[in-house]
Amino acid sequence: MKHVRNLIAVSGGKGGVGKSLVASTLALILARRGCKVGLFDLDFTSPSTHIILGIKGVHPKEEKGIIPPKVHNLQYMSIVYYSGDLAAPLRGTDISNALIELLSITRWEKLDYLILDMPPGISDVTLDLTRLVKHLKFLIVTTPSQLAFETAKKLASLLATLKIPVMGIVENMTMNQSQFVQQQAKRLGLNLLGQIPHDPKVEYAIGNTDKLLKTVFAKGVEQVVTEIQAQRHYP
Amino acid sequence: MHEWALAEAIISAASATAEEEVLKEVTEVKIKIGELQQIEKDVLDFALSQLKTAKFKNAKFKIVRVRAKLKCRACSFQWNFTKEKLDKNTAEAIHFVPEIAHSYIKCPKCGSPDFEILEGRGVWLESIKGVK
Repeated sequence: MKHVRNLIAVSGGKGGVGKSLVASTLALILARRGCKVGLFDLDFTSPSTHIILGIKGVHPKEEKGIIPPKVHNLQYMSIVYYSGDLAAPLRGTDISNALIELLSITRWEKLDYLILDMPPGISDVTLDLTRLVKHLKFLIVTTPSQLAFETAKKLASLLATLKIPVMGIVENMTMNQSQFVQQQAKRLGLNLLGQIPHDPKVEYAIGNTDKLLKTVFAKGVEQVVTEIQAQRHYP
Repeated sequence: MHEWALAEAIISAASATAEEEVLKEVTEVKIKIGELQQIEKDVLDFALSQLKTAKFKNAKFKIVRVRAKLKCRACSFQWNFTKEKLDKNTAEAIHFVPEIAHSYIKCPKCGSPDFEILEGRGVWLESIKGVK
């Protein structure tokens, strides 16, 4: 990953908050804005970014390691190249080993951004990445629900302990004008980078990137991307 | 070839160990390669010879192949991995990410995919010798 300028882990702890949709759309928007972008799906047991982006029929190239193919102008990597449609029932040690293997053999080109779609939970992948990868930053995705935020808060606390920078919090599936996440983020000393409206139509855009980028959801992610690019050191 | 990336990782790990042990020159590096990953020994050997740094100029790379032993977590049955029963694509997938074996291999006794790889998974640095 030595050629990657900005490494962003899109996480949140809780499952179902829209991490993969945010990560995929974020990567697409950055690429459309002219940045060189990679997307790495690290949710080994439930990968979904390939479905969101409608990626099929491509495979990494073998050349002194593996070179992820370019799709929708993104260098895209996922375990599905190897597991296909089959379940990958992996325990913690297996997940750690698979992660280390893929981090060692994947050759990324010169990238402005590598977006990591993190699995739910704050266990193996989070701990291994923070241990093994330098210059990693987190983007925490939550919903307005107290239940989701409770886990987001724990992730933020863990990252503070590990001294890993957090770029900010993204509130996804916003349904009313509640200030809950904004107030909580402020209390944690974190920026709220955007509130993405709940968009029931996004389900019908899955698999079609042109449609996806026209959704109300994507407009919300646009705002997050602008905030990210406004932060210092970002192209 | 994937073996080049592994050779790069071996040199990097061996260099870090040599540094920790304050070795001026490395004379021998013992590497174990697990059968599960089906690494081409000759390719790995060649890649190591091409990628080695000055500190490894006279080093001998000893590569030992280790049989892959699997143990079912559901019924405790133990068996050895054999690639002969796998089709080309499956063998290749396991070659790149050995843990993917859990998607393709089942316990021959009870059919569970929940097994442990007791030994012979991937590549590891067994020992390093040198001059201080």
